[in-house]
Amino acid sequence: MQDSVSIFEDDYWAINQQLKYLLRSTGALIVLLIDKAGQVITSAGDLSRLDVSSFASLQAADVAATSQLATLIGEKEFSSLFHQGRRESIYVSLLNPNIILVVIFDDQATLGLVRIRVKTVSDQITKIFERIFAKLERRTVSAPAFDEEFALEAEAEIDNLFK
Amino acid sequence: MSLINYASREINCKIVYYGPGLGGKTTNIKYVYSKIAPETRGKLISLATELDRTLFFDFLPVDLGTIRGFKTRFHLYTVPGQVYYNASRKLILKGLDGLVFVADSQADRLDDNIDSLQNMYENLATHGMRIDGIPFVLQWNKRDLPNVSPVEQLDAILNTLKVPAFPAIATQGIGVFETLKEVSKRVLRALSQQQ
Repeated sequence: MQDSVSIFEDDYWAINQQLKYLLRSTGALIVLLIDKAGQVITSAGDLSRLDVSSFASLQAADVAATSQLATLIGEKEFSSLFHQGRRESIYVSLLNPNIILVVIFDDQATLGLVRIRVKTVSDQITKIFERIFAKLERRTVSAPAFDEEFALEAEAEIDNLFK
Repeated sequence: MSLINYASREINCKIVYYGPGLGGKTTNIKYVYSKIAPETRGKLISLATELDRTLFFDFLPVDLGTIRGFKTRFHLYTVPGQVYYNASRKLILKGLDGLVFVADSQADRLDDNIDSLQNMYENLATHGMRIDGIPFVLQWNKRDLPNVSPVEQLDAILNTLKVPAFPAIATQGIGVFETLKEVSKRVLRALSQQQ
């Protein structure tokens, strides 16, 4: 099993700030940061009309499939994807092999601007993740919530759910 | 790769159902979807062909509830079982936290089970993972059919790691929750041991 990724308060807020900037400066509708397993790390914008879990799992699969397509034609990866709709479109950028940045926008925003702003924000978020991975590597962070007691509580909860 | 978010207090884990084509992986997930309360699950996404064969994957998010202040959620995935779709199968394994192998108990599917299990080991290896380091359970599905191999035989041939294995009839829901329960517990236990 691959190690878990833990995101702590300060890094989380730093990432959120970047996403909010991206949203504001482009006029996009929604910005999502997801991991390669299709889990949402954080987001900005109005999520009320979006099934976020479904979206994130499909988006991660989309990126994974496209990366394989890249390999088949001799490319290492496609670092960005663009899906154009009639009213709304999706721009996707691969920040590193584990992290995917997604921008959903309509005709209030332009692809060119989204692309430029994503580039700026990507650099910042990549730096934050380098910090997170370095912390995990050095194990300088502790996770007090996940001990034996947590496991027992979780098991009780599972028994309860699947009765 | 489970994701623990201390700021939004969330834990997300990914469980993958693997096994030969037509073995009942999708049936397992569909049964879970039909039986748990709507407020504890998300939408069931199926990327399937017109004939209802899984093309890419099925996906079901299940909320476990709040454990010690952390909203805990499992994402259940199935892989396409057909041999042809190995490239897609490999992708679904990315970032997994737990694995369920759904074997087809029918005697004439034994070779398919062995091939699929072998294929699973190989695909895990391409992601740098080994089965003995992953929370893993087996399921002997289709126990209601007449030509099934004895459980002891399946266990001897397929369960070399001697992990928990559950006889099941997924179409009737028998063994479905037992399997999911065990793998979920193993995933969360692994999480607590990792920290």
